[in-house]
Amino acid sequence: MLVLLGVGLRLKPQEIPSPLIGKRAPEITLPQVEDGRGLFRSSDMRGKVWVLNVWASWCGPCRAEHPALLELSRLAVAPVVGLNYNDQRGDSLQWLREVGNPYNVSAFDGDGKAGIEFGVYGVPETFVIDKQGLIRLKLTGPVTQEIVKDKLLPLIRELDHG
Amino acid sequence: MVKRWWLLLLLFFAAAASAAQDAAQLERRVNHVAEQLRCLVCQNQSIADSHAQLALDLKREARLQLSQGRSEQEVIDFMVQRYGDFVLYRPPFKAITMVLWLGPFVVLAAGSTALLYNLRRRELREDALEEV
Repeated sequence: MLVLLGVGLRLKPQEIPSPLIGKRAPEITLPQVEDGRGLFRSSDMRGKVWVLNVWASWCGPCRAEHPALLELSRLAVAPVVGLNYNDQRGDSLQWLREVGNPYNVSAFDGDGKAGIEFGVYGVPETFVIDKQGLIRLKLTGPVTQEIVKDKLLPLIRELDHG
Repeated sequence: MVKRWWLLLLLFFAAAASAAQDAAQLERRVNHVAEQLRCLVCQNQSIADSHAQLALDLKREARLQLSQGRSEQEVIDFMVQRYGDFVLYRPPFKAITMVLWLGPFVVLAAGSTALLYNLRRRELREDALEEV
């Protein structure tokens, strides 16, 4: 009984395993956050390993993970695409100006429909998608420098060679 | 002439009533689906009971799909494909959820066996004491 309790306390019920791992990433076509930049099409990313980071200007933990994302973006190992989830354009733009823009492209998902396609239930969430368009990793919660170093970089390198 | 007007008015009300009935029926189906789906940000509520943004979004998606003629099961399958079994308020009976469903009965059986065993032993010991 005590063992069960111990295991139970260690589990994180907020982290729900995604059924999308190993599956094809949903196709999304969305306007960009910045006006007049045309559409973002996930199909254009085929052949590249890329990172999709789901964020919102109203999301506190997104601010916490921001330095790690800027670092990931600076290393330029893979395109980092932002999915701006359930947000207002003005707020998003101001947020990017304020804290810096780590994204190669920011797709604007104002009503959260693309978020539903990706099974997003809390922001921030981060996906790594391989050259064939398969989802290889999903992280829920803020990305840290350690996660970038220990999880994202090795995985991106491995997928790049594969 | 007047009669014709009455007829038109009647038709209008009939159409309005039928539209209202359709809307009410759709809402009932939306709620029926929503009651079976877990709100993933509040976990112990169904999305029918929750006012979290995600719950509202999922309800809106369910309403849209039902109004497009999808069945309730199709909408639920859509959610499970994206959010996993966890989105079901009532977990399905599968190998991986077996412990969840059968665990309590196993614990109950083990507990009652232990209890019976101990009672029997105590009885034997008391019998032995009486004999002395």
